[in-house]
Amino acid sequence: MENVRKKKSLPVGLHYTIMLLPGYIWLILFSIVPMVGIVMAFQNYIPTKGWFGSPWVGFKWFEYLWKLGDAKRALSNTLIIAVSKVILNIIIPMAFALMLNEVKQMKFKKTVQTIVYLPHFISWVILANIISSMLGAKGIYNLVRTSLGMQQFLPMGDPNGFQGLLIGTDVWKEFGYNAVIYLAALTGISPSLYEAAAIDGAGRWKQTLHVTIPGLIPTVVLLSTLAMGNVLNAGFDQVFNMYNQLVISTADIIDTYVYRIGITNMQFSLGTAAGLFKSVVSLILVVTSYSLAYKFADYSIF
Amino acid sequence: MIERKTFGRTAFLTINLIVLGLLAFSCLYPLWYTLCVSLSDKLAAEGGLVTFYPIGINADSYHLIMGDSQFWVSFGISVRRVLYGTVWTMVVCIMMAYPLSKTSKEYKPRNVLMWILVFCMLFNGGTIPWFITVKNYGLIDTMAALVFSGSVPVFNVLLLMNFFRNLPKDLEEAATVDGAGPWRILWQIVVPCSLPVIATVVLFVSVGYWNEYFQGLVLMNKEVHYPLQTYIRQISVQIPVGVTLTTEQYQQLAKNSNRALESAKVFISMVPMLVVYPFLQKYFVNGITLGAVKE
Repeated sequence: MENVRKKKSLPVGLHYTIMLLPGYIWLILFSIVPMVGIVMAFQNYIPTKGWFGSPWVGFKWFEYLWKLGDAKRALSNTLIIAVSKVILNIIIPMAFALMLNEVKQMKFKKTVQTIVYLPHFISWVILANIISSMLGAKGIYNLVRTSLGMQQFLPMGDPNGFQGLLIGTDVWKEFGYNAVIYLAALTGISPSLYEAAAIDGAGRWKQTLHVTIPGLIPTVVLLSTLAMGNVLNAGFDQVFNMYNQLVISTADIIDTYVYRIGITNMQFSLGTAAGLFKSVVSLILVVTSYSLAYKFADYSIF
Repeated sequence: MIERKTFGRTAFLTINLIVLGLLAFSCLYPLWYTLCVSLSDKLAAEGGLVTFYPIGINADSYHLIMGDSQFWVSFGISVRRVLYGTVWTMVVCIMMAYPLSKTSKEYKPRNVLMWILVFCMLFNGGTIPWFITVKNYGLIDTMAALVFSGSVPVFNVLLLMNFFRNLPKDLEEAATVDGAGPWRILWQIVVPCSLPVIATVVLFVSVGYWNEYFQGLVLMNKEVHYPLQTYIRQISVQIPVGVTLTTEQYQQLAKNSNRALESAKVFISMVPMLVVYPFLQKYFVNGITLGAVKE
């Protein structure tokens, strides 16, 4: 034993550090260096002068954003879309898991499960394309409408219903995947609880109400707490690939707004400021929700 | 579960099966619809006549794609990106996860490094500083940008780390006694024992690279460098945000559209996923539950 230890030239800790090196260099280059770029939010950034030479302007861009109608509109759209998604993405997958749990035909259950995971793995680029093809003037949706004698209608161009469309399609894409965690919690409920309830005269419905649902409550509480960090996350990829000029009034969210002012219009400082606002608020929310989850559910990510 | 057969119960179970069946149908039908449009006659597709089967079935759209060099250039870029990206990411993430799975007693800086990593998961500089950083590195229009600019997928490192941590300690101790160093232990003991979680992370990472379009959009100036998803974003006739088109312009756009061809491109871009998915889907269920529910 002593012999073996002495044979090594380097201490184990140094080997560990070498293992970590590529990852942390990658992290520094593409996560930490961009954080330095946050200074642009407080500068009048001039590309030729860079992050260290551009003139400082204090909170000018934030004050400016506060006065812009577009920024406020983006914030309120973000909140409406994100909060609706958070709530429905907890409730609908749970309902789905409970329904699936009632199925006794194992083959059917497995098949359904395999199919509903699928949309999660398809990108919003593809899904947005398919959705707009199905809901467009030449799509199946309007074919059904016209054959029922109704007027043609284009949901992708209707600002009143567009938020509903975003929320609905997001819940559709993710419900199968989000149900996985509930299905795992359901298998964790002890069968003896059901037996005891049945002996006490509880029917199937009562068993669901008094055994299954209470068994899922810890999971629901945990997921709801963790979801708090997402209230400014309306889903950039989805909105960016689905929205268009006709629905911009209800579809524009902070991230798409940042993209347009920062990347399209090249107002780098203003875009950085808007993005920073979102990052900071999200960080505060995530840290709060994680510490709540740690305190009450003993959940920790590491 | 214990139950009695009543009429109400049977009715419930029947309705339950129908609703679940419809939900599964709703997840499959959009893909089927796309395939049907792609195989339909161009006029039938443009006329919006397709429902549940192709009308005037033919493979013209697929013949057209065969001769579309840009499509295959983008396809090739995406394939190479997935290969390079997945290999690189897996090697780096495994090498990060292993030392971090040790306690701070076994490896002193562990907790500090852990906090840095988690901070980078929860906070970021935002799109604009990230864009300017990558641009200043001179990575515009390079494959390196498509592989590296996403930075470390911290969540996947945490999944691996949590799995490594729950492996029996005796394995490593026995190997140490036999004279194996940290590198041998990692690649010859820890990794072979962690195949389920590694399969999950391979799935997440490769799907992530395949589906990524945004980096292609903002970091690639020329279309010849677009990965497939970015290319697909450009093909459909859509009203660009920020531009108001006149009626004539819009009609011109609509005239040039070819739904059958577009659908064929969309469908082909899903094929790799549809092929790999059935093999990998059994793993990810374990993967996510492992990450979420811990001992």
